[in-house]
Amino acid sequence: MIYDVAIIGAGVSGASTAWQLSHFDCRTILLERWADVGFGVSKANSGIVHGGFHHPVSTLKAKLEIRGNLMFEKLQYELGFPFQRNGILVVAFSEEQMATVRKLYQQGIANGVRNLEMCGRDRLLELEPKLNPEVVGGFFAPNGGTIEPYRYVFSLVEGAMRNGVELQCNFEVTQGKWNAEESFWRLTAADGREISARRVVNAAGLFADQISHVCGAEEYRIHPRKGEEYLLDRNSSARPRRVIFPVPSRDSKGVLVIPTAEGTTMIGPTADPAEDKLDTTTSADNMHRIVALVRQMVNGISTRDIITSFAGLRPVLESEDFYIARSEKAPHFIQVAGIQSPGLTASPAIGEYVKDLLKEDGMTLTEKNHVVQELPVRHEIRHETPETLDTLHKDDPRWTHVVCRCENISEAEIIEAVRKGHTTLDGVKFYTRGGMGRCQGGFCSAKIMKIISRESGIPMEKLTKKGGNSRLLGGVLGSAEVEPMPEK
Amino acid sequence: MIEDRNVDVAVIGAGAAGLAAAAECADHGLETVVIDREELPGGILRQCIHNGFGLRYFHEELTGPEYADRVVERAAASGVKFQMNTTVSDVRREENGDFTLLLLSEQSGVTRVHARAVVLAMGCRERNRGNLAIPGGRPAGVFTAGCAQKLLNTEGMLPGKCAVIVGSGDIGLIMARRLRWSGVEVKAVVEIMPYASGLTRNVVQCLNDFNIPLYLEHSVVSINGRERVQSVDVAPLHDGIPILEQKFTINCDTVLFSVGLIPENELAARLGVELNPATGGALVDADYQTSVPGVFSGGNVLHVHDLVDFVSEEAARAGRAVIRYLEGATAAERNPVRAGANLKYVVPGYYARGRDTVFAFRPLGVWASAMLEAELDGRVIWKRRCSHVRPAEMLLAELSGQLLNAPGTLEFRLRPEQDEAAVEEA
Ligand SMILES: Cc1cc2nc3c(=O)[nH]c(=O)nc-3n(C[C@H](O)[C@H](O)[C@H](O)COP(=O)(O)OP(=O)(O)OC[C@H]3O[C@@H](n4cnc5c(N)ncnc54)[C@H](O)[C@@H]3O)c2cc1C
Ligand SMILES: Cc1cc2nc3c(=O)[nH]c(=O)nc-3n(C[C@H](O)[C@H](O)[C@H](O)COP(=O)(O)OP(=O)(O)OC[C@H]3O[C@@H](n4cnc5c(N)ncnc54)[C@H](O)[C@@H]3O)c2cc1C
Repeated sequence: MIYDVAIIGAGVSGASTAWQLSHFDCRTILLERWADVGFGVSKANSGIVHGGFHHPVSTLKAKLEIRGNLMFEKLQYELGFPFQRNGILVVAFSEEQMATVRKLYQQGIANGVRNLEMCGRDRLLELEPKLNPEVVGGFFAPNGGTIEPYRYVFSLVEGAMRNGVELQCNFEVTQGKWNAEESFWRLTAADGREISARRVVNAAGLFADQISHVCGAEEYRIHPRKGEEYLLDRNSSARPRRVIFPVPSRDSKGVLVIPTAEGTTMIGPTADPAEDKLDTTTSADNMHRIVALVRQMVNGISTRDIITSFAGLRPVLESEDFYIARSEKAPHFIQVAGIQSPGLTASPAIGEYVKDLLKEDGMTLTEKNHVVQELPVRHEIRHETPETLDTLHKDDPRWTHVVCRCENISEAEIIEAVRKGHTTLDGVKFYTRGGMGRCQGGFCSAKIMKIISRESGIPMEKLTKKGGNSRLLGGVLGSAEVEPMPEK
Repeated sequence: MIEDRNVDVAVIGAGAAGLAAAAECADHGLETVVIDREELPGGILRQCIHNGFGLRYFHEELTGPEYADRVVERAAASGVKFQMNTTVSDVRREENGDFTLLLLSEQSGVTRVHARAVVLAMGCRERNRGNLAIPGGRPAGVFTAGCAQKLLNTEGMLPGKCAVIVGSGDIGLIMARRLRWSGVEVKAVVEIMPYASGLTRNVVQCLNDFNIPLYLEHSVVSINGRERVQSVDVAPLHDGIPILEQKFTINCDTVLFSVGLIPENELAARLGVELNPATGGALVDADYQTSVPGVFSGGNVLHVHDLVDFVSEEAARAGRAVIRYLEGATAAERNPVRAGANLKYVVPGYYARGRDTVFAFRPLGVWASAMLEAELDGRVIWKRRCSHVRPAEMLLAELSGQLLNAPGTLEFRLRPEQDEAAVEEA
C-alpha cells in the first residue's frame, strides 16, 4: 500500500500537520523514531505560547508565531489540553533595559499584536505582586500564555488518529528513495521496516538535516542549542500568575519564570550551543546561573523547591529562521526544519502552512464527509468534584483508586494511558502526570509499572522508561549473580 | 450518593504513629477510625523486612512486619476501625470546629468522614534526585532507596545489577546489604558529610561486613547514561564544594538515593496548620496539638524518627491528648521552646507549666560526648550528659512538670565536651 503522505517526526510540527491532514481524504502515516510521540524537542521546552513581539514579522517564524498564537483556543476546545492565556510580562530593572523594552513593544505593535500595554512599576506590581519591587518598568502582553506541550502533542496525534491517520513509533527513518517510475517514496527504518508514500514531510526536528541528506534533498546543518529548565514544587511561594520575561539578549529570550498550565512553576531556559543532538544533560553551574537570574525578577525562589530538571535542544539553522518549503532538489518533499523557538507557538500555523504547501505541490485535498472535530472529554480526578467522582466510580471503581498521591492520579487514568498505547513509564507519566509531582515517582512508580505490565502484557522486567534500552529493572529476584560490570 | 459517616477521631495514616494514637483513643471508648491508602496497616514497617525494631518498646528484636503485626493487633483489640486502600484526598475544618474528610477508595468510591478530632500520621516521603538537582542525564535506573526496597521486598524485582548508593541514610545502608544478599553488586555508598547519616550499627552490619566502600565527604557530580545508567562521577568535597579535578567514575547501572525524608504534610497545609521549617512537620504544643484546634500530629509526619519505638511512644502521648481535648480540657499553655546551640530542632515547640514533657532533638554534629542542657529564662534547670552524639540519632529529654514551673522561654542546647577524633586518637 502507498500512503499519500508520510510525516517523519511526531513533534508539534509533525503532529499538527497530521491533525490538519486528518480533515481531508488523504492516507497519512506519522513516523516517529522514539517509543512515543512528542519525545523529541516538543516535550522539553518552556511551554509558552509566545506573544508575537520577539521577532520582526519579516521572518517566517514571526509570521507563523503570530498566526499560531491565535489558533489555540479553538484547538483547546476541540482537543482538550491544558492551556491558559495568562499573559506575559517583560520586565526591566534599569533605564538601559527600558530602551530594549520599548523597542520590543514597538516591534509588537508593528507586528500587529493587539492589546500590548506599556507598564510602570505600580502597574506591573498590580499585574504581578510576586515581582521584585525594584522593577523599573516593562510591558504586558495579555495574548501570551502557557501550555503543557506534551499533552498538546498527544491530543493532536489522538485527534489525527481518530480521523484515520496511522502512527508508527520506534520507526527511525534511515533511508529514503524516490521511485521516479512509479512516483513514490520508499522510507526504510533502522530495523528494516519499510513504508511507501507519494509525498514526504520532513519534520524530524534536530535530525531534519540527516533526513534531508538521506533523501537526497537540500544539504544543511541543524545546530542544537541547549536549554536547561528546573521545575519547582506546586507549593512554591514563588509561583507568579503570569509568564515573566527579562529583557532578551541576542541569542535567547532570556531566563524566565513560568507558571505552567498544570500549576507548577518552571525556571529557565539557558541557551548554549551543544555538540551532541542527544545530549540532554543538566549541569550544576547552569542551575545556579538560572536561580541567580530569576531571583532578580521574582521573590521567593528557592533551590529547596526544585523537584526535577531537564534539558531540551532547539534545532537551529544558520539563518535563525524556520525553513518550511517544498524541496527544490527532491520531488514531493516538504522541509519543516529549523523549528526552534517559537516553534511550539507557531505549530498550529505550521500544520496549516504545510497543508498549503502540499496543495501547491499538486496534491488534491478533499474535505472528509465526516470529521471527528472533538476528542471525548478526558476525566482527571484532580479536577473533578466529589459528585462526579462518585459517578465515575459507579462506572469503574478504579477511578477512585489513587495511585499517584502527589499529583492525584487514579488507576483508571493510568489504564486509559496504557490502552491508548503509552506503554513506557515516561509515556504514562507525560500522558497522566503520574510520577511527575514532588516525590518524582518514589511512591508510585512501582505501582504504575505493575499496572502497565498487567494492561499491556509486557513483563515487569521488560518495561522501559522511554523505549530502547532504557530498561527499568534488573530482573526478577533470584536471577542475578554477582558479576562485576566490565570496566570501560 | 456520597456516604457520610460520623466518628470521634479520624487518624490519617496506619503506620506505627497512627496505630498508637488510635489505640489510645479507642481504649478510652472513643469511636476511632484509621484511614490508610495501603492494603495492609503498618506503614513503612511493611517493607522493612530487616531486624532491629522494638528493642525498646517490646524488649525484643523484631522485623518491621512483626512490629507492625503487634501494633495492628493492639489497635484492633482496642476497637479501632480500619479503612484500608483508602486515600484521604481532602480534609477541612467546619465552622463548628468538627472536621470533614473526603475519602477515595476503589471499594467504596467517594465517602465522607466527619470527626471531632483529627490525628495527622501520614509519615514521610523520600527526598530524591530532583531535590538535590544532581546533574547529568536522565536514564532509567535511578530510584529512591525506599522505592527500590519496595520493588525488591514486595514485588520481588531487582532494581538493577550493579548499584551505587547516594547518601548513607538508614534505608540506603539497609538496601546495600539487601542488594548484596540478592546478588546485586554494590560498588559504593557516597556521602557528602564527614560521617554516615544512618545508625552506626547499620554501617557496621550493612557495609563493613560486606566490604562495601563508604566514601565520606564525597558527592555524585553527574549521572551518566542516556537510556540506562552507565556510570556516575564522584568527586571529593572541600568545604562542601566538589573538587572536580579529582573526580573519578564508577561504572554501575543503578543509582539509589537515600538522602533523607520529608514529612508528608500536604493535608496539614490544607488545614492551614502552621509548620516548623526546621522539621518540615507541624509546630505542636505539649499535647502534640497543632496550630489548628483539634488537629494533632505524631510520628514521622511531625519529625523524622530513626527508631519506630519512639514513634509509637510519641503518638500514644498524642492519642492521650486527643482524649483530653474531647473531654473539654483547655488547650496546653504555649510557652515557646527553642533549639539553641548545636541542635537542629526541638519538638514540641511549646511547653506548658507543670506538665511532664518529653522533648525530642536532632544534634547538628558528631561528638563523643556532649552535655544537653535546658535553660528556662536564664536558669539551667536540667542537664544530662549524652555520649556518642550524632545527627542520625534522635535525643530525648524527659522533663518533669515541677521543673517547668515558670512561664518564659525554654531553650535547649548541646555543649560539646569531647570530639570523636580525640577519642579515636586516645
Ligand atoms: C529549552 C527550550 C525551550 C523552548 N521554549 C519554547 C516556548 O516556550 N515556546 C515555543 O513556542 N517554543 C519553544 N521552544 C521551541 C519548541 O520546543 C520547538 O520549536 C518545537 O518543539 C519543535 O517541534 P518539532 O516537531 O519541529 O521537533 P521535535 O519535537 O523534535 O519533533 C521531531 C520528531 O522527529 C523525530 N525524528 C527525528 N529523527 C527521526 C527519524 N530519523 N525517523 C523518525 N523520526 C525521527 C524525533 O524523534 C522527534 O520526535 C523551546 C525549545 C527548547 C529546546
Ligand atoms: C526504610 C526504613 C528503615 C527503618 N529502619 C528502622 C529500624 O531498623 N528500626 C527502627 O526502630 N526504626 C526504623 N525505621 C523508622 C521507623 O520505622 C519509622 O520512623 C516509623 O515506622 C514511621 O511510622 P509513621 O507511622 O510515622 O509513618 P509511616 O509508617 O510512614 O506511616 C504513614 C502511613 O500514612 C499513610 N498515608 C499518608 N498519607 C495518607 C493519605 N492522604 N491518605 C491515606 N493514607 C495516608 C501511608 O500510606 C502510610 O501507611 C526505619 C524507617 C524507614 C523508612
